[in-house]
Amino acid sequence: MDPRLVQLAYLLSAVLFILGLKGLTRPRSAVRGNLLGACGLLVAVVVTLFQAGLDYRLIVGGLAVGAVIGAVFAIRVQMTEMPQMVALFNGFGGAASTLVAGANLVQTESFSTDMLVATALSGMIGAVTFSGSLIAWGKLKEFRKLDQIKIPAQQIVNGTLVLACIALTVAMANGDGSTMTVVTYWGISTLALILGVTLVVSIGGADMPVVIALLNSYSGLAAAATGFVLSNTVLIISGSLVGASGLILTRIMCVAMNRSLPNVLFGKMGATGSTLDADDVYADVKSTSADEVAMVLEVASRVVIVPGYGMAVAQAQHTVSDLRKLLVSKQIEVDFAIHPVAGRMPGHMNVLLAEADVPYEALREMDEINPTMEQADVTIVLGANDVVNPLARTDPDSPIAGMPIIDVDKSRTIIVIKRSLSPGFAGIPNPLFAADNALMLFADGRKAIQDIINALNES
Amino acid sequence: MHFLLASEPVNKIVEASTEAAAAVSVGPDTAMLLLTVFVLAVFIGVEVITKIPPTLHTPLMSGSNAISGIALVGAVIAAGSGDSLLPKILGCAAVTLATINVVGGFMVTHRMLGMFRRKD
Repeated sequence: MDPRLVQLAYLLSAVLFILGLKGLTRPRSAVRGNLLGACGLLVAVVVTLFQAGLDYRLIVGGLAVGAVIGAVFAIRVQMTEMPQMVALFNGFGGAASTLVAGANLVQTESFSTDMLVATALSGMIGAVTFSGSLIAWGKLKEFRKLDQIKIPAQQIVNGTLVLACIALTVAMANGDGSTMTVVTYWGISTLALILGVTLVVSIGGADMPVVIALLNSYSGLAAAATGFVLSNTVLIISGSLVGASGLILTRIMCVAMNRSLPNVLFGKMGATGSTLDADDVYADVKSTSADEVAMVLEVASRVVIVPGYGMAVAQAQHTVSDLRKLLVSKQIEVDFAIHPVAGRMPGHMNVLLAEADVPYEALREMDEINPTMEQADVTIVLGANDVVNPLARTDPDSPIAGMPIIDVDKSRTIIVIKRSLSPGFAGIPNPLFAADNALMLFADGRKAIQDIINALNES
Repeated sequence: MHFLLASEPVNKIVEASTEAAAAVSVGPDTAMLLLTVFVLAVFIGVEVITKIPPTLHTPLMSGSNAISGIALVGAVIAAGSGDSLLPKILGCAAVTLATINVVGGFMVTHRMLGMFRRKD
């Protein structure tokens, strides 16, 4: 095929990627946007397959196996498990970049410094993405053993690994394509694999939205680096689009926690001068029953539901949706208040609620709903904790000080559904639970909501 | 990026690129062009993606994740060209992993977005 035709086809697929992402700016056009993106990829792959002199045996095998595995994953995954799946796929993308750059190093005959540096970067970023994503996947799967791994002098280990990778990259940049260069490449990749583990293994569950967004960005940057290796524009363009996307999401997540990226990656939460004692804070906690909650809801005209990771754990999204429908049928206005870092990945709550048929118009962002929280007759907090903790506003010594929260405490009555008074990720007590207008319903999220529905139906 | 600023290796690159002009050469001009493409694409990405509402952030992640499977293009070339076995096997593994990423990513995004359709 004419090389210029190939270039034009790559340009077409890059345009399709951009149009596809543009489609994602509105729920209505999003399905089409995703299809445009898929078409873009198809165009790029088909054109590549038409290049002369390719041996198709291994290619077809790999494509077939990969397509089957990918399709099975996509069809069978539960919506609550989306963070795990995205983490795993990020890792596969990163690994592919590392392998491609490694294979090219053996096949190519022109070794410019540019190409060698790009190869080293591709190996490094790809390998960090791969191992980091596998660890993130394991953490999201809640393999306990991962949480027990403590790396001594972690910052020093990470720093040493980064420096070693840079030193080897410099060494490789002046290489001549001999076996030594190849060995150096795999050395860099191996060190980067270890770095991915040491970076992610100590990061806690609630910080996973940041980690996944960052790894998402890395998988794009790895593809872009591979594009520099192969002088392939479509890899560079799509890689940089994904890189930008991941970085923006990372930033949004960090702002939503009022923490810097280094603080999330290297810092520790909880070790502050906060002197609040859980027993003192929770002295006046009032507990309630589903029947009582139903009576409160009966007379409300506006209800706000604040979901958190606990809703995903309890698989309560469908039951919550049923509750919403029931309340709406009683002429009660129901909104969902979604904190940006609720759940384990950006937009996690929105996907779960969309799965359960909650219209997206009912899902309100934090900044949008906070000014109206005073007009909420009842707020139901379901499996959220730190994102509704008023200490973020009032206690400058608290580990969550300055974090934007949903102003649940301003609503008239607060129902908190929670199995116990155990602290959230930040490890601090939540004075909201003991507020004068707060009632605790101690139960599993799904069962509690179902009991409330039953009580409403009986009355 | 230091490999583009260093003047000493540039001579080497010029030699290399004249030698392999027909192949995928990385001359100084090519590298600068690629860098230009990269930076401009990042700006496009930022412009487009900041407009995506938080409701769609999970589909954005899985969809953009699928796009980053574009490494599949490089993997196909690696798996199908050359004579030595090792790079072909690496390429084949890369094809498999990237295809999982691409097919799984786009399909699950499609499934998810179907749930966001207006239901009344």
